[in-house]
Amino acid sequence: MPPADLRVRERATRDVAGLGMARAIGFVAPALLLIGVFLVFPALWTLYIGITDYQLTGPAAAAPSVVGLDNFAAALDDALFTNSLWLTALFVLGSAVVGQNVLGFTLAWLLRRVRPWLRRATEGLVLLAWILPGPVVAYLWFAVLSRDGGTLGLLLDDPTTAWLVEYPMVSLVVFNVWRGTAFSMLLYTSALAAVPPSQLETARLVGASGWQVVRDVVFPHIRGHVLTNTLLISLWTANDFTPFLLTAGGPNHESEVLPVLIYRQALEGGRLGYASAMSLLLLVGNLLIALVYLRLLRRRS
Amino acid sequence: MTPAWVVRRIGFYVLVAVVLAFFAVPMLWLATAPFDARPGLGVHWPDWTFANVSTTFRHPYAVTSLVNSILLCVVATVVTTVFAALAAYSLSRVRIPGRDALLYALLLLSSVVTGTAAMVPIFVLMLQLGLIDSRFGTALVIAGGMLPAAIFILKDFMDSVPKSYEESARVFGASPRQVLGHVVLPVARPGVATILVWSFVNAWGNFLLPFLLLRDVGKQPAAVLLRTLQDEGGSANLAVIPVFSLLYSIPVVVLYLFVSKRYGFRFHGGIKS
Repeated sequence: MPPADLRVRERATRDVAGLGMARAIGFVAPALLLIGVFLVFPALWTLYIGITDYQLTGPAAAAPSVVGLDNFAAALDDALFTNSLWLTALFVLGSAVVGQNVLGFTLAWLLRRVRPWLRRATEGLVLLAWILPGPVVAYLWFAVLSRDGGTLGLLLDDPTTAWLVEYPMVSLVVFNVWRGTAFSMLLYTSALAAVPPSQLETARLVGASGWQVVRDVVFPHIRGHVLTNTLLISLWTANDFTPFLLTAGGPNHESEVLPVLIYRQALEGGRLGYASAMSLLLLVGNLLIALVYLRLLRRRS
Repeated sequence: MTPAWVVRRIGFYVLVAVVLAFFAVPMLWLATAPFDARPGLGVHWPDWTFANVSTTFRHPYAVTSLVNSILLCVVATVVTTVFAALAAYSLSRVRIPGRDALLYALLLLSSVVTGTAAMVPIFVLMLQLGLIDSRFGTALVIAGGMLPAAIFILKDFMDSVPKSYEESARVFGASPRQVLGHVVLPVARPGVATILVWSFVNAWGNFLLPFLLLRDVGKQPAAVLLRTLQDEGGSANLAVIPVFSLLYSIPVVVLYLFVSKRYGFRFHGGIKS
């Protein structure tokens, strides 16, 4: 029966496995259900909770009323909120945009030509720092920075400085560079592999210094990677909750980055509506970065 | 070998040594403190003993929390991998209407809606569903957060399985189930393994969601208990914390060794988020 055979053929080009539309949708449904309940719905609900005076306890918990944009106005007026925006910007700029980016690239660049065992050892350590669970890493740094016999105090022979109390933001930046550099290192290692060796060779022949080679030969090739990397690590750093494990926002709000502030306002202060309004700002920030990132991806493909 | 060259070489190795030390020093504590008779916060040569290990195993919550971690992780990982594999496969093979828009939305979602940005509604949702202190519920929330990225990574893998494999299997009369089991899954195995490891590592280290949703200390995973150990009575329980941290780290270290031996750390859109 040629016609029927042809029809099967035609269907097969669109549906090679013979799944059929109904089964295909059935396969996608369970994943979409979970995503819908635990990601899409919460995101939309944030919009609503953010314009109410919803509280964890008390009368406003039972019957929250819509207060419009009051929460947003209150946030912009709140010294804690502006403080936390500033700290988040510092955290992202210091640890991701500069710290992880520069150290990741430097490692990728330096490790190109060292002996294999040294390269493996260094990469292994950096990757291990990335893969260890966040709470453990936070504790490792707590042990390094503590005043009560912490490693840094022993190394510097200075048992009086409580680094986490006196320099909380610097501590967080160093901590996050330690923890997150591996991603940039991996990305730049694969990006550097794509730089034509002949161009590096030529640059060396005409006597360019290491810095000139990086600036004039390597950088034009990896510009796209730098942008992609910076966007991704900024996004992750801005949403990172591990600072809570190290300093819990203290002392006196000096290291209270936005995720920590949201937690403390919502769960410790019980002001769910107010905290949601601030979450919304984080969501909008994420959305902007993600849209730029996706645009870049599309252009490249 | 000009003097300038020698100076540059020395500078180079000093730089590498400093970086190595920067990354190694915090980890030394994890290697020595668990077996030290007088564990402190600073790294020093230990007075070897195994007493801390038995102290840790006698701790009322240490072992329970590790079991809780395994429970959370296994449920979240299995749900993520199975659901993502099914979805990625059919999205890769069947032209469902609106597929491209759906994929774009998934990619956007996976980065925009993070646990931190959505913690308030997730907490309220679980509170109203009566799922606070439910380990199963928490595992589902974690899986929901990981699914979009997992689908996306897996779809890339499924796309790279040539359709001609399935076509020829179909020509020889294989049923869709046979095609899936004997053709697609074996070829996509590296992708599935990637997602298994990726979701396990992510769920294992996840602190925020269990911290929000599991208030009963007997139900908390290791990620959350570690903080309780630290807070106990204002001073850290140093007989238990180092051993506990080590035990808690072992699974991811084993996975890390497995991944770097088997696949190497190459790029699958960033194996850890």
